[in-house]
Amino acid sequence: MSTTFETPVLAPPKASRSPWRWARENLFFSAWGTLATLSLALLLAWALPPLVKWALLDAVWSGATREACLTPEGTVGGGACWVFVKVRFGQLMYGFYPLEQRWRVDAAALILALGLATVLPLRAATQRAAALAGVVIGGLGAGWLGGPVLGVVVALFLAGPLLLARDLSPLRRLPAAARVLLAVGLSALAAGVGGVAFGTPKAFGWVALVLAAGLFGWRFDSLRAAGLYLLGLVFPVLAQALLSGGAYGLPFVPTEQWGGLFLTLTIALTGMAASLPLGILLALGRRSALPVLRLTCIGFIEFIRGVPMITVLFLASVMLPLFLPEGVGVDKLLRALIGVALFSAAYMAEVVRGGLQALDPGQREAAESLGLGRVQTMGLVILPQALRVVIPGIVNTFIGLLKDTSLVAVIGLLDLIGIIKTATSDPNWLGFAAEGYTFVGLVFWVLCFSMARYSLRLERTLRNGVA
Amino acid sequence: MTNDRSVPEGPPRGATWTAARVRGLAIQGVILATLVGLLAWGIGNAIHNLNKAGIAAGFHFLGNRAGFDINFRLIDYSPAATYGRAFVVGVLNTLTVSVLGIVAATALGFALGIGRLSRNWLVSRTAATVIETVRNLPLLLQLLFWYTAVLAPLPRPRDAISLGGVAFLSNRGLTVPGPVSDGPVWMVWAAMGLGLAAAVAVGLWSRRRRILTGRRFPAGWVGLALIVLPPLAVLTSGAVPLSWDVPVLKGFNFDGGLTLVPELIALWLALTLYSGAFIGETVRAGILSVPKGQVEAAQAMGLTPGAVLRLVVVPQAMRVIIPPMTTQHLTLLKNSSLAVMIGFPDLVAVFSGTTLNQTGQAIETIGMTMAVYLVVSLAISFGMNLYNSKMAIVRR
Repeated sequence: MSTTFETPVLAPPKASRSPWRWARENLFFSAWGTLATLSLALLLAWALPPLVKWALLDAVWSGATREACLTPEGTVGGGACWVFVKVRFGQLMYGFYPLEQRWRVDAAALILALGLATVLPLRAATQRAAALAGVVIGGLGAGWLGGPVLGVVVALFLAGPLLLARDLSPLRRLPAAARVLLAVGLSALAAGVGGVAFGTPKAFGWVALVLAAGLFGWRFDSLRAAGLYLLGLVFPVLAQALLSGGAYGLPFVPTEQWGGLFLTLTIALTGMAASLPLGILLALGRRSALPVLRLTCIGFIEFIRGVPMITVLFLASVMLPLFLPEGVGVDKLLRALIGVALFSAAYMAEVVRGGLQALDPGQREAAESLGLGRVQTMGLVILPQALRVVIPGIVNTFIGLLKDTSLVAVIGLLDLIGIIKTATSDPNWLGFAAEGYTFVGLVFWVLCFSMARYSLRLERTLRNGVA
Repeated sequence: MTNDRSVPEGPPRGATWTAARVRGLAIQGVILATLVGLLAWGIGNAIHNLNKAGIAAGFHFLGNRAGFDINFRLIDYSPAATYGRAFVVGVLNTLTVSVLGIVAATALGFALGIGRLSRNWLVSRTAATVIETVRNLPLLLQLLFWYTAVLAPLPRPRDAISLGGVAFLSNRGLTVPGPVSDGPVWMVWAAMGLGLAAAVAVGLWSRRRRILTGRRFPAGWVGLALIVLPPLAVLTSGAVPLSWDVPVLKGFNFDGGLTLVPELIALWLALTLYSGAFIGETVRAGILSVPKGQVEAAQAMGLTPGAVLRLVVVPQAMRVIIPPMTTQHLTLLKNSSLAVMIGFPDLVAVFSGTTLNQTGQAIETIGMTMAVYLVVSLAISFGMNLYNSKMAIVRR
């Protein structure tokens, strides 16, 4: 141990930060600096005011028809016509999802938001509130849809896994085994009663999920684990049933009618959820000592990374049906989802590989010398550390994936871009493409930029060893 | 995987019939069998489906008459040409727009990256705003914006925006004067080729002399003069009479000159901005990666600010910048396939689009399209690996 002598840290001298001085230091510090400042300022002064005038000052905000945006002479006016976006807003959000059924999309979004709130690194109180709200809202919603019995069943089913959470559950003083038994029993009972009461074979699937929850929860008994289980295993089934319908008195809505921001987020989130585990498997396969496995993974990754995403989508939409038996039709959306998931999995694999390579081999040796098996070494020692290192890369891949979902417009799906492309070529609304693309751009920008910012925050938190 | 220091997984080498080895072999056998089985199943289905649709598998269709026109091409092509010819036109168009985009995006990227690090507040904020705006918007959105919202509403050729009376911007694209000559144009190219060879020779000679004697020679300027001056001399000598074909409005469109179609302009603009923003971040990271001590040491040795940049910062930054920048260039090549959305006849639009729709040869067309991208990507990656091993810091 060495001793350090610290000199007292003095506050920096209070400089007189007058605006004039700031300008001289940051704008006019040399001849070239002044020249650059002046020419750039001139350029901005020339370009910005007309833009602001178009987008805000001269813009038309009220009205419901094209005529509201025209000059008295009947030509397209000088300002932006936000009426166009207003009229198309519903389509931009939900696509051609039936008007009176759109609450189903909202409900799925709400459930997802609550689920995410229990999983993402947020404050513990927020997570608990979200979990509780999920149980209450889920129960009330199901009760409203299918009567009080279904409501109670769903609430109990949701509460089951949450009871596992040591940091939330009122049962936290009980031994782990008793808690697991209670929780799994409760959920299974709920699912069983629901299955019998409503006579659906799907109930068996639910029971299987609950048993999986038991195994899962036994090892990771925290609210986050419960949320992860509900989000990863239960939510897809639930969302599919809710959005497609055709059961529980919900009318069937074919995926051809899905669209807008809803479809964009569906594709992006499914792609994210699929590409991370697939990417991890591919990255592990690429580092395997088994040559057949390694070469298969390398071949897949390098092939996908070497071709444009459009061709992968073409592959999934045109070639895949050729290789399936006659008469087996795969939903167009599902084909796009497969294409997107495979594409981003290859990129994700390379990100994860970076993390695996950055890890000190001593970690594996230490885990092995402690007697951990291969699966335990990987799951408890290697992957948690490797993934933490590459969080920025993972989020970057997610952002890229969100932007790339726009390519599904090429194979005829009506995501945000597909909708706006159709809308701007509507003969009644010709000439308002700039408004439409500006609005869609704003939506994408907000989503991508906030993800990037969140990743930066996460990086800082993790560097400090919290969360 | 040169920096892969971790212990390889799997059984220890040298052992022959250990449990781990048997397990490894079994796993691989299962994987292989699954792959082969899937492949056989898929191919069987495909043969059945193709037979049913009456499509003959194979590449015979490449010799058939294409029957569709392509509005932008570098080589002769007409609807009477074959699908094979259309494929070549598509490949050349993809390469053209990619090369144009790569050159412009690299220049813009350096400007943005250096600009964002500038001491000048206005310059750095502007560069940062541009980068953060462009990077967070889908490329497809930007492409459609430029094409539909900016270029399409331009006036008709009759009311075209005149740029100095020689170039015209209209909804038919940008029309600029083109050089015309009846003389032996090859002489100009030959002069330029000779100049290029001479410039390379001078460069090699000056490098050797610098290493041997330490004396410097302005090889860059001399080389530039050697490349530019001989063609100019040929042109001014009168051996190759050159005139400019200025576009003139005739009827509904311009006659003469060269026309850049709006699809190409939109694609070029969108690719340049998008990749430029990403390259800008690469350049910034590269410059920031040079330790401050390097600059201070160079200053302490009495180098001028220009020399510090040229001899110390740039060479070290480039080592960090070039690999990710090449990745960006490859991404641009792949992104150029978005052309299909605005109707620019690139490889995907011509071959995986029109040709696929007309012939139904899905496997062949998509396969050939992917093969082109794969070959270019793998070739550039290979070149990049060579460069990396050459540029790696040599420890003596």
